[in-house]
Amino acid sequence: MRTPFKRFLASGNVFIWGCAAGVSVSLLMVFGLLLLIMINGLGYFWTSDIVELTLKDKQHVMGQLAGREVIPRSVTPERPEGKGRLRVKIGNRDLYGLDFKWVNDDQIVSQTFPTDTVLLERREWGNMYARIKAVYKGETLQAEGNEGGWIALAPLISTTNALHQQITQIEKVEIGSINADIEQARLKIRAFEMGAAPDTRERGQIDNLKAQVAAAESRYQEKTIELETLRTKFNDYSVLMVDANGRETQISVGQIIRALRPNEMGLLHKSWTYLTNVWSVLSTEPREANTEGGIFPAIFGTVMMVIIMSLAVVPFGVLAALYLREYAKQGAMVRLVRIAVNNLAGVPSIVFGVFGLGFFIYAIGGTLDTLFFPERLPTPTFGTGGILWASLTLALLTVPVVIVATEEGLAAVPREFREGSLALGATKLETMLKVVIPCALPGILTGLILAMARAAGEVAPLMLTGVVKLAPSLPVDSSWPFFHFDRKFMHLGFHIYDVGFQSPNVEAAKPMVYITTLVLITVVVLLNFTAIILRNHLRKKYAGSVV
Amino acid sequence: MYPSPPLTQQPSQSQTFTPQRPNVQDGHLQSPDKDFSTQAVKLTLNQVNFFYGDRQALFKIDVEIIKNQVTSFIGPSGCGKSTLLRCLNRLNDLIEGARLEGTMLLDGVDINGPDVDITDLRTRVGMVFQKSNPFPKSIYENVAYGPRLHGIRNRGQLDQIVEEGLKGAGLWDEAKDRLHASALGLSGGQQQRLCIARALAVKPDVLLMDEPCSALDPVATAKIEELLFSLKQDLTVVIVTHNMQQAARVSDWTAFMYLGELVEFGLTKQIFTMPSKKQTDDYITGRFG
Repeated sequence: MRTPFKRFLASGNVFIWGCAAGVSVSLLMVFGLLLLIMINGLGYFWTSDIVELTLKDKQHVMGQLAGREVIPRSVTPERPEGKGRLRVKIGNRDLYGLDFKWVNDDQIVSQTFPTDTVLLERREWGNMYARIKAVYKGETLQAEGNEGGWIALAPLISTTNALHQQITQIEKVEIGSINADIEQARLKIRAFEMGAAPDTRERGQIDNLKAQVAAAESRYQEKTIELETLRTKFNDYSVLMVDANGRETQISVGQIIRALRPNEMGLLHKSWTYLTNVWSVLSTEPREANTEGGIFPAIFGTVMMVIIMSLAVVPFGVLAALYLREYAKQGAMVRLVRIAVNNLAGVPSIVFGVFGLGFFIYAIGGTLDTLFFPERLPTPTFGTGGILWASLTLALLTVPVVIVATEEGLAAVPREFREGSLALGATKLETMLKVVIPCALPGILTGLILAMARAAGEVAPLMLTGVVKLAPSLPVDSSWPFFHFDRKFMHLGFHIYDVGFQSPNVEAAKPMVYITTLVLITVVVLLNFTAIILRNHLRKKYAGSVV
Repeated sequence: MYPSPPLTQQPSQSQTFTPQRPNVQDGHLQSPDKDFSTQAVKLTLNQVNFFYGDRQALFKIDVEIIKNQVTSFIGPSGCGKSTLLRCLNRLNDLIEGARLEGTMLLDGVDINGPDVDITDLRTRVGMVFQKSNPFPKSIYENVAYGPRLHGIRNRGQLDQIVEEGLKGAGLWDEAKDRLHASALGLSGGQQQRLCIARALAVKPDVLLMDEPCSALDPVATAKIEELLFSLKQDLTVVIVTHNMQQAARVSDWTAFMYLGELVEFGLTKQIFTMPSKKQTDDYITGRFG
C-alpha cells in the first residue's frame, strides 16, 4: 500500500523542486552580485548636483550627496524610524583633510542647490567644491567675481591641459628616450670595462660612447630648460576659490583638469559628462595613489598577461594531452600522470606563485641575467618579477585545464576519422595534424576559455611574480625592442586589492574598487567571448565531430 | 599519376602461382569470365591465425583472391570477416595486444614482413568502411586528401585526380557544382560514394569494403553495387557483407566464414547453388545465422 505521501515522494516532484531551487539560488547570487557591482560602480560616473547645507551652528557644508543612513542605535520606541544622517562628499582635501562628512538630519537648517557653485576636478587633492572669487595672472587680477571668473577660467583650463600634455610628452617620451640612450651607452661602457684590459680599438669605442653620453646629457639639459619654461607657463594663472564658509584658497590653473557647474547642467550635458568620465577612467593613468584617474595600465597589463599566458599554455597543454591520449601506452603510469595533472589544478595558486618566484625568477631569470646582462648587475633584468614570469606562472597554473579539455576533445574525435585517414596511407603524425587536431580544436578552445577565465582573475601568484601597484611604464612602448617582457606591470585584480585595502583614503577609493571590479569582469567576459565565437565558428566548420 | 610503390621485400614465393582451389572439385565449374586457372592471384592468405589478446578470432584461413574480380566474405555477425578484412591493410595493427600468425602475400610479398612500409601498403590496399566517414572538410579536400599526403601539390593535377576519383565513384555529376561545399552536407549514399572516391584517388590495387551498404537505402545500395562492376576493371575488390543477395549479385567469388573459420570458398555461382558443406547450405538458405 502506498500512502499519498509516499506516492508524492515517488513522483519526484520534490526532487525537481529542489533542483530548481538550487539553480535559482545560483542565478540570484550571480545576478545579485553583478547588480551590486554595477550600481555601485556605474553611479560613480554620474555628476550629481552640489548641495549646500546650512547647519544650526551657522556653518555651511558644500558637496555632493553620497547617501543617507539611519544612525545606528538611534531607533527607540518613541521614534521607530530613527534619526537619519547624510553622507556628503565635501572634497577639498587640502583644506579639510577628509573627503566625506556625516551630517545629522537634525543639524540641518536648510538645504539648497545654488547654481553658482563650481566643481573643480584637480590633479592633486581630489575634487574641490567652492565658488570662484577671482582669477589672477601672477599677481595681477584678470577677472573678478563668480561669473567673470567662470567665464575667464574655461579657456585657461583648456590651455593648461594642452600644456600638461606637452609636458608629459617631453617627460615621458623625449627625456625617456634620452635616458634610455644614456643607459644603453653606460651599459656598453660597463661591458667593455668588465672584460680584459681594453685594447686601443675598444678604447676608441669607449671614448665614442662617452661622447654619446655627453651629447645625450646636453640634449637632456636643453629639454629640462624647455620643460622649465613650460612649467612656468603652466602655473602662470591661478584662481582664488572661496569655500562655503568663506575660507579662501588660491590654486594654480594648471592643477585643474576640468571645471563643472553641475547644478547648471542639463540632462544631456550630464550624460555627455558621464560618457567622458567613463572614457577617461578606461583610458588614463591613475592619480593620487590610484584612488583617482584611470585604470588603463591595469587593463593593458591584464590583457597582455592573459595573451602571453594563452600563447604559452596552449602549445604546452596540447602537446602534453596529445602524448597522453595518442602516443603513450595506456596503463597504470598514464593513469597516474593523469591523476597528478588533475590534482595540479587544485593546488593553491599562491604555491604556484612561490614556485614561479623560485624557478622562473631566481633560477631562470637569474641565470639569464648573469649570461646576457652581466653589465647591468646587480640591478636585475629578468631576475626580478616581470610580465613574462607572471604569465608563465599562470600558464603553469592553468595547464591542467587545457590538458583535460584537450584530452576530452581528442577522445571525442570519432575512430572512423582516424581509420579513414590511416587507410589512405597517412602516417599517424599526418592523421594527427590533418584530421584529429582540427576536429579537436573546439575542445582545445574550451580549455583555453577556462584557462583564460581562471588566469585573468588570479592575483596571489602575481604578487610574487611581477605585479606592482603603480608601473611607471607599460610593457609595450615605442623604445626598442617595443615589447619589454622584463617589466613589471599593473593588473586589475591586484588593483582592486591595492585601491580597496591598501589605500590611504579608503572611503574615496570605494567607487574605484567597484569600477575596477566591473572592468575586470568585463575584460574576462570579452576575452572569453572572443574565444567562444572562434570555437562556435570551428564547431560549425567541423560539424561532423561530436565535440 | 604516380607509381604504386613496390613493396620492398623480395618475393618469398614464385609469382606464377597456379591456384589450386579446394572447392572446385570437378573442374566443370568455370569462373564467370574466363577460366580461373589462367588468372593471376592478387592476395594469398596462408594459414592465417589472428588473436585479440588471448582470444583467437581467426583460425587457419587459406584464401586466394583473384586479380580484377570481386570476392565477398559472408557469414553471421562475429564470424571474423571484418577482422580478416582489416588484416589485409594492417588496420588491426592499431589494436593493442593484436597478434597475427601465418603469411599474407600481396603480389607474392608478405605484407607483414619487417621491411614493408605500412603507409605504402595502405596506399595500395584502400578501404571503405561500414559507416561512411568523410572528413569534416569540403568534398574536394576529402578526395584530394590522399594525393596530398603523397606529395601532389600541383593544383591542376589535383583537380584532375579529384575529377577522376569522383567519376570513378559515380559522384561527379552530383558533386561537380559543389566541390567546395562541406562533405557532411551530402546524403548517406553520396557520403559513402565520396569515401569510395577518396579511396580511389590514391590509385589502390585492392579495394577493401567493410559492409559498405549496411547503412544505406536500397537505391543508394544499387548505385554502389553498379559501381563495383566498373571498379573491377582496374582493381581487385574484397567486400564483406551481411547481405547474401548482395554477395550473390556483385561477387565472382564467395567465402563463407563461421566462428572464425573459413567454411567454404569458391565461385559465387557454385556456393549459392551447390554448396559442398551443409553449414553453408543452411546459412544461405536461411536456416540459421
